[in-house]
Amino acid sequence: MSAAMNARDAILGSVRNALRRGPLDDARRAELDARRPRHTRPAQDEDLVARFVRKFESRAGTTQRVASRADVPAAVEAYRTAMGLPARAVVGAALQDLSWPAGLEVHHGAAGISETMSVSQALAGIAEPGSLMMASGPASPITHNFVPDDHVVVLDAGAIVGHFEEAWEILRARPEGMPRATNIISGPSRTADVEQTIQLGAHGPRRVHVILVG
Amino acid sequence: MEIRSKEFKERAVFAIHDASLQQALGKARGGFVGKRAQQAAELPEFEQLREEAKNTKNHILDNLDHYLERYEAAVTAAGGHVHWARDAKEARKIILDICKRVDAKTVTKGKSMVSEEIGLNEALIEHGMEVVETDLGEYIIQLAHEPPSHIIAPAVHKTKDQVSDLFEAAHGGPRKTEVADLVNEARRVLRDKYFRADVGITGGNFLVAETGSSIIVTNEGNGDLTQTLAKVHIVTSGIERVVPTLDDATLFLRLLARSATGQETETYTTISTGPRRADDIDGPEEYHVVLVDNGRSKMLGGRFKDMLRCIRCGACMNHCPVYGAVGGHAYGWVYPGPMGSVLTPLIKGLDNAYDLPNACTLNGRCASVCPVKIPLPDLLRELRHMQHQQDITPAMQRRALKVWRYIATRPKLYHALEQVGARFLSAIAKDGSIRRLPLASGWTDVRDLPAPAGRTFLELWQGKRGQK
Repeated sequence: MSAAMNARDAILGSVRNALRRGPLDDARRAELDARRPRHTRPAQDEDLVARFVRKFESRAGTTQRVASRADVPAAVEAYRTAMGLPARAVVGAALQDLSWPAGLEVHHGAAGISETMSVSQALAGIAEPGSLMMASGPASPITHNFVPDDHVVVLDAGAIVGHFEEAWEILRARPEGMPRATNIISGPSRTADVEQTIQLGAHGPRRVHVILVG
Repeated sequence: MEIRSKEFKERAVFAIHDASLQQALGKARGGFVGKRAQQAAELPEFEQLREEAKNTKNHILDNLDHYLERYEAAVTAAGGHVHWARDAKEARKIILDICKRVDAKTVTKGKSMVSEEIGLNEALIEHGMEVVETDLGEYIIQLAHEPPSHIIAPAVHKTKDQVSDLFEAAHGGPRKTEVADLVNEARRVLRDKYFRADVGITGGNFLVAETGSSIIVTNEGNGDLTQTLAKVHIVTSGIERVVPTLDDATLFLRLLARSATGQETETYTTISTGPRRADDIDGPEEYHVVLVDNGRSKMLGGRFKDMLRCIRCGACMNHCPVYGAVGGHAYGWVYPGPMGSVLTPLIKGLDNAYDLPNACTLNGRCASVCPVKIPLPDLLRELRHMQHQQDITPAMQRRALKVWRYIATRPKLYHALEQVGARFLSAIAKDGSIRRLPLASGWTDVRDLPAPAGRTFLELWQGKRGQK
């Protein structure tokens, strides 16, 4: 441990040496801690839901809108049949209370290697780039976002914000603080590593379908 | 990774004659440049963001010790561990010790340039671990036993045919020739590795002091599978990657994807804060961050401080005519292109990379697209100056410069010699160009030299004045 402490002190010392000063005094530190940056936010003049849908679909994501949360299981079932997927899904515990069809095998654990479809609840949508914001936790495990080929995400239309900065305010307001993992997702996984040719479904989901509620 | 920057000239010549490489570079060139230009044009605030990004980075660097301490405290509060490494050797040891402690057999890796910088893979393999690069480009070059040739598109130098060959050799046949089939094959092979991994290592695009989080940005989702499914997640990052708040990270995120791949955003931006929590059902049990100095704190004090603003987008190399002609491997170490020509001599020593600062035409395209406005040509010129001061410049060149100084500071002599030169070159020219010129075969072997008009500029100027 002492070697590690030495490296730490040596690096911080070297930084201060380069800056030609000692450690900052308490007043300056307090000033830095109180800093609240207001960086330029790209202008938006579009309806938040319309922008989210337009941007998300421009990155090969798909969307549909339903009137209420109770309509979600039927929409998921329709998507599953349309895609010809097996009758099973891993569903985030946040959606446990919905009436899932009897023929659909549902579990709420982590997504395993053979998982084909997951259904998750998004914490928010960000209209600026058209992205989903997922917060990991027992009700919304992170493996659901990356392991299955098909990822269906439930997003409340009222939870779409304009800019990233507003999404961060949602995180800051959580009583439990920052999620362990916060995933900002903009469509299906993709790669252009072979001759700059865009190919969907590199390692993460091949398809991401958003069910907008409300 | 062993540095081979001393062989730049030989490697550059080799690269220019490599037909596959030239084919691959040709395909990449237009794509990156055009897409970035389109993204910049579509965002009216783009130039404003560049200016703010420059100023914000400068603010961070001026207070780097404070933000690093705040970051460390926040990581610790979230249940993670911060390790400090003065150099590559210390960084390797820290990571090796963690891997050995958990008896790691398989280590998966998301793309991390710092791990290349510290030569991590070789060290882990030497200790009997299976190391699997999971970014498709990194996976391809790992199969080819090559280093990356680009910081965001590591296999940009490979053609599809070459990838087909590599995959057939590694995975068995039948040989795949379509991009979709190649990607699917890698997906299938790597799935198994993610789930078996004991340790997952990623880089960190940003480290957020406010929350103690590391942020990675990917298109493939490989970094997320790497850091989610392994028992232990280790982040390797340079000390300069810390940002004060999530809002500051946002400023750079708005510039990063647009500058790098010419996208408005990458597919995945992931903010990781500590290890798996008590009630979590997935995620890594341990979360470590290795903060690597390796020459960065020294850079902070001198003329190269601006270089520490770099967010590793690769725009400078995408726009560099020299990189576009020779590719990344010619540069002989981890970081190629303009940013590499500044970083390599500073990290690995001026005398180990003599050619790199000189392999630049000072055309300025790199600086004009840099999202954090690093004056790359100025820094390269400064390195040339340092080479000269430290007597690293070849003796022949130094003598030539002395002769030049002698002549250039004596106007009469200068004009006389200029007249001789102009008349001589004009006399040996055929049809306005010179095919072969003694002492300038480096130029005339591969192209003609345009011949001067026979009279010097001053003679022509005075002639014109005489007419009036």
